[in-house]
Amino acid sequence: MNERLLSILVTALLALMLFSGCSEVSEIGTKFARDAGMISSDQADSLTRSTKAIEKTQQELTPEQEHYIGRAVTAKVFQSYPPLDRPQANAYLNLLGQSLAVFSDRPETFGGYHFLLLDSDEVNAFAAPGGLILVTRGMLRCCESEDELAAVLAHEICHVEMKHGLRSIKQGRLTEAFTVIAAESAKQLGSEELASLTREFEASVGDVVMTLTTSGYSRTQERDADAAAVELLRRAGYPEAAMITMLQRMDERLADAGGLGFAKTHPSAKSRENALRSTVTNTVFVPDAVRRERFSAVMRPIMVGG
Amino acid sequence: MKVRSLVVLLVLSGSVALAASMSVQVQKSKVRATPSQLGRAVATVEYGDMVQAGQEQNGWYPVTTADGIKGWLHESVLSEKQIAMRAGVTDTAVGVSNDEVALAGKGFNEQVEAKLKADGTLDFTWVDRMAAYNVDPEEILTFRSQGHLPGGDQ
Repeated sequence: MNERLLSILVTALLALMLFSGCSEVSEIGTKFARDAGMISSDQADSLTRSTKAIEKTQQELTPEQEHYIGRAVTAKVFQSYPPLDRPQANAYLNLLGQSLAVFSDRPETFGGYHFLLLDSDEVNAFAAPGGLILVTRGMLRCCESEDELAAVLAHEICHVEMKHGLRSIKQGRLTEAFTVIAAESAKQLGSEELASLTREFEASVGDVVMTLTTSGYSRTQERDADAAAVELLRRAGYPEAAMITMLQRMDERLADAGGLGFAKTHPSAKSRENALRSTVTNTVFVPDAVRRERFSAVMRPIMVGG
Repeated sequence: MKVRSLVVLLVLSGSVALAASMSVQVQKSKVRATPSQLGRAVATVEYGDMVQAGQEQNGWYPVTTADGIKGWLHESVLSEKQIAMRAGVTDTAVGVSNDEVALAGKGFNEQVEAKLKADGTLDFTWVDRMAAYNVDPEEILTFRSQGHLPGGDQ
């Protein structure tokens, strides 16, 4: 039998068995196929490995794979939201962001946390898997001090920490990808496998970008990120009330934005604020003068600029 | 099992209560003198490096590097899996299962990214520029102290 056809048939058979939720059956099926001389011993081993790999899609991608997904997600977001080329402001953003990330439950990712401003008036911020975090000029305008910007970054860092971006990848894509990965674990990918893997990779990246820019995370994920962000601010020494103040400002700005940007992908700022009321006990926010000053010195020209 | 023998040896020697081989699963990291991301760096470790790790304490492992340097690494840096760095090393060839070994560069990797670049699908210029913004712990300490941020426990 044509090897390719055989492979398609057996893969379909295994997929069917897996979707019925029975891995033992698939192992028996593989054994049967080998014993019946339908496939060679090597093919049987390979299929057993593939089957196990498909089962493993429920598990986490490695930090290295997360890193490459995050890089491509970021590159794709840049197609709609151009980067803001202001080195001084971006350096400050990274200093603030990375000084928060060290207090996270996941202080290190494969390539580390990095931050960049986007040249967009839309009120929005994005966290790509692996720690690439983007903040629009419009979002910056919702912040009047370093402490409020810290609240925005803390929220995004927590999305990375909880791997919310990766969870938006449709399971079927990873199933496909892991099959190729398992079959080709021993060597450089051949052109066909590379094409197949690239296809699944692009589709996975597309799933994440769609979630970040259009459909949004679930309300539960947003609330989890908010609650963790408050804890992160607390650990880093920032007043947690800055989170509430930032949400209030965002609420005001979003009311004028006509449901675009953040409003489209996030629960209302008001409901997020209400959910945090029990966590944040002291809501009186008095920003530190030094921090407010250094924030204004770098960011004010960008906030007022076109 | 190699790991089990090692554990038995260490326990018998009475020097460490528990120790296991763990792999570095991030591109690069610093072994710290204290269990803190802002602690003094005593060694650099890279992707795939093996360390001997003791009992985890609040997210930190006391580790000994291959060069015998002792310090601390955060749990986000470490994996229980061995990470095989060389192409051509198969899971079966090293005689262990996928659960114990991860092949570096497997799956979504540089090769896939290179194809997207070559196809003209995505431009990574700004991604690379963004990734070049690095801040060292000294800068963070100064930034925090100037900004009147209290010590802060990690």
